[in-house]
Amino acid sequence: MAQAAAEEKLVESLRAGDESAFRELVREYQPSLVRVARIYVSNQAAAEEVAQETWLGVLNGLDRFEGRSSLRTWIFRILTNIAKTRAVRDGRTLPFSALQDPGRVPEAAVDADRFLDPEHPRWPGHWALKPEPWPEDALLAAETRERLADAIEALPASQRAVISLRDIEGWSSEEVRNALELSETNQRVLLHRARSKVRAALEEYVKEAGT
Amino acid sequence: MNEQVEQLSCRELVELVTDYLEGALSEDERLRFEDHIARCGACGIYLEQIRETIVLVGHLPEDGLSPEAERELLEAFRGWRAPPSGGRL
Repeated sequence: MAQAAAEEKLVESLRAGDESAFRELVREYQPSLVRVARIYVSNQAAAEEVAQETWLGVLNGLDRFEGRSSLRTWIFRILTNIAKTRAVRDGRTLPFSALQDPGRVPEAAVDADRFLDPEHPRWPGHWALKPEPWPEDALLAAETRERLADAIEALPASQRAVISLRDIEGWSSEEVRNALELSETNQRVLLHRARSKVRAALEEYVKEAGT
Repeated sequence: MNEQVEQLSCRELVELVTDYLEGALSEDERLRFEDHIARCGACGIYLEQIRETIVLVGHLPEDGLSPEAERELLEAFRGWRAPPSGGRL
């Protein structure tokens, strides 16, 4: 409830033309808007344009915003509409299926060859090549951060958006589901794949660094 | 443990880690998961690595907004609140 009251106050400030309130709002949401837009459009520049356009849509609609949904949900709905329109215009259709049915194409969290055969007589499906604990100093290295960022950048856009919103921006699964119009299961599938791949990239890096 | 309850393999467990951390497993599945972790050091390490990954990702800086983009938006905001004669949409 406190959040709703704070939001109402923010909307009032915006309507009154409070520039610092608008600047703060833009700074808070812009990175997430661009990430989500990237799911629908083909490149960073187009995503940034969609985000810019979203803010104009927010300003145009603000007088009609009634607070029936949260401000965040409302802003992301505007973004999604603009991004979809743009994607259609650009002739892109592919990414939608990545959101609606991410489980369609199976993807293993860990390479199958890290495990013994599921029919192995004694240890079916057990680790063949076990994970090793990570030394803490390797994780603290500045390069680890770069590798992490690279690993996230390399993810498919829908996975990248989910892991960014959940783990960088700290959104709840419900907030992510609302913003991306995802089912609970699909949100989890995307998060699972993203985290699994980033872990694998870190593992590879730690191994390299240790040799 | 009841021997008739089929045990999770390591290969199956790694696919349940997110469901486990999200609290999305049923009570039975959760018990099987935790039973496996209790007896399998390698899967314990794996789960720990996923947790470390989440913490590390959480420390990444958020992307910023370019000064030009911000200036442009603030300009739009000023125009938006300008009097009707200013051509507000």
